[in-house]
Amino acid sequence: MKYFPLLWATLWRKKTRTIFTLLSIVIAFLLFGMLQGVNAAFQQGVTNANVNRLIVTSRISLTEPLPIAQKPLIEAVPGVAGVAYASWFGAYYQEQKNFVFATPVDIDDYLKVVPELKIAPEQIEALKRTRTGLIVGLDLMQKYGWKVGDRIPLHSTIWVKKDDGNSDWAFDIVGTYNFTTDPSQNNGALFNYSYFDEARTFGAGTIGWWIVSVRDPNQSAQIAAAIDKLFENSPDETKSQSEKEFAQSFLKQFGDINFIVQAILGAVFFTLLFLTGNTMMQAVRERIPELAVLKTLGFSDAKVTVLVLAESLLLCLIAAALGLLVASLLFPMLKDYIGAVKLPTSVLVRGAGIAVLLALATGGLPAWRAKRLVIVDALAGR
Amino acid sequence: MGNIVSLRKVAKRYTRGKEVVEVLHSLDLDIAEGDFVALMGPSGSGKTTLLNLIGGLDRPTEGEVIVAGEHIDRLSGAALARWRARHVGFVFQFYNLMPMLSAQGNVELPLLLTRLSAAQRRANALTALTIVGLADRARHKPSELSGGQQQRVAIARALVADPTLLVCDEPTGDLDRRTADEILGLLQVLNREHGKTVIMVTHDPKAAEYARRQLHMDKGALVDGQVS
Ligand SMILES: Nc1ncnc2c1ncn2[C@@H]1O[C@H](COP(=O)(O)OP(=O)(O)O)[C@@H](O)[C@H]1O
Ligand SMILES: [Mg+2]
Repeated sequence: MKYFPLLWATLWRKKTRTIFTLLSIVIAFLLFGMLQGVNAAFQQGVTNANVNRLIVTSRISLTEPLPIAQKPLIEAVPGVAGVAYASWFGAYYQEQKNFVFATPVDIDDYLKVVPELKIAPEQIEALKRTRTGLIVGLDLMQKYGWKVGDRIPLHSTIWVKKDDGNSDWAFDIVGTYNFTTDPSQNNGALFNYSYFDEARTFGAGTIGWWIVSVRDPNQSAQIAAAIDKLFENSPDETKSQSEKEFAQSFLKQFGDINFIVQAILGAVFFTLLFLTGNTMMQAVRERIPELAVLKTLGFSDAKVTVLVLAESLLLCLIAAALGLLVASLLFPMLKDYIGAVKLPTSVLVRGAGIAVLLALATGGLPAWRAKRLVIVDALAGR
Repeated sequence: MGNIVSLRKVAKRYTRGKEVVEVLHSLDLDIAEGDFVALMGPSGSGKTTLLNLIGGLDRPTEGEVIVAGEHIDRLSGAALARWRARHVGFVFQFYNLMPMLSAQGNVELPLLLTRLSAAQRRANALTALTIVGLADRARHKPSELSGGQQQRVAIARALVADPTLLVCDEPTGDLDRRTADEILGLLQVLNREHGKTVIMVTHDPKAAEYARRQLHMDKGALVDGQVS
């Protein structure tokens, strides 16, 4: 570490240039942190998906309704443990940007197929008693400072109420839920399907999708095929997928996020490679006489090589640390949009790894040049 | 006293394309410990080449170079680097200081290769700066110093690790008469009072007068005064 002051002084020898290079690396790593964080959060939804549940949607599209009459038929499929249903509600609270993932369900059916969902028994009872009852996820409750007993309006972008032609649906909060295995789901809300179904102007007797639990996860592919077979050539053909496949295909709706993220980052780092590499090369070229002096003083070729590499490592690590720090500070602000709270550690670790690779890639050529430098030629300006 | 430098039948050739240029021709030279030698001669006569061989910056094409008891022509690159750090202090015409380091930082550089603690490195560097009369400028960057002062810093850097010999290539070539005289006086003091062997290339006859002995080179050979 006694070489640190030398390294530090060398790094800052051209202040403006170092700052610009540093900034561009910082920005690249900020981008890396944010994009990979978002990506990881999305993929996390896929990872958290349950393996012994199937999601059954209309074959035509995710948003096409299915008749509730399909329920007993699905329940009768061998291997099916339980069947619940839900629908898109498309709600926001007060302002359009305050999207609320509120879902109408039959709570008994729903809890049977989604046992990870924890709700106090008396609150379940309260929901059943209260037509307009709403059970709110822990995080959503906190976000708007709601309390049990509050009456709140949710505006549906899809459904109009038939009694008043209004899209503002009133709800009475009767409890909270905690989704223990996937806290990112704690910013949703659940309400009575009966209220939803009776009050809407159209679509009565239909549901958005089925949630089917299976007894043996190894059988889920066969069961999915059996369900789809059941409705083949009917007006309501179905598409059954495991929850994981569903999560993946849901993400695909927005495009292949993983691919987009990797492509953007690939382009960013490719550019950075040239930018930083050029800076390092230039820095070494300017320093040839100084490097020759170091060698004259008795610094071995190996030592000079290591010094040049260490300089590029120092630059890249400082910049990456700054970029990832800013990313981890900004990331929690995305919580409302993607549900993730904290920049995953795996992203930080990968960032550090990439910083080292970047340093080796950009410092490699200059270091090699410094190593090969012949003292007498450099001193004579040859 | 014994010889600190012995060159035996030393030749140095460079290949430029197909052409082979012999810069030094079978040269023999002995320099005694504690001597102050001025190496003179016209430009291109091979003075720098010879000095670089003695200082272990370069290897001969032929012959033996024995300096401070070591056959340095036989040392590997890394061993030669270690040997230089231990035995030779270099002073160049254009000072060759690190622009981003202070005078103190520049003088401490060679000590990074020793086992000295940070405190010892600081103390030794300050001592060397005191010897060259620049203790009060320790924190200055080279750009904040005059040419003569920069050369003093370079001499302090050459001295600080207590080398066996000082090798100076035109140390006053870029300085005015008065400043040159100060630098040469300093080299003389280092030779007389600190017992350093000094080998200095110069083409300035006045500068050469500070030395105990003058050697003249022409076209890659010593022309007189080889034997003292
Ligand atoms: N690496 C080299 N390649 C080709 N020629 C060289 C090289 N080094 C020195 N020379 C030539 O050797 C001769 C002597 O150079 P040098 O020792 O620098 O002379 P001086 O220091 O006496 O002026 C010059 O003609 C120079 O061009
Ligand atoms: Mg010369």
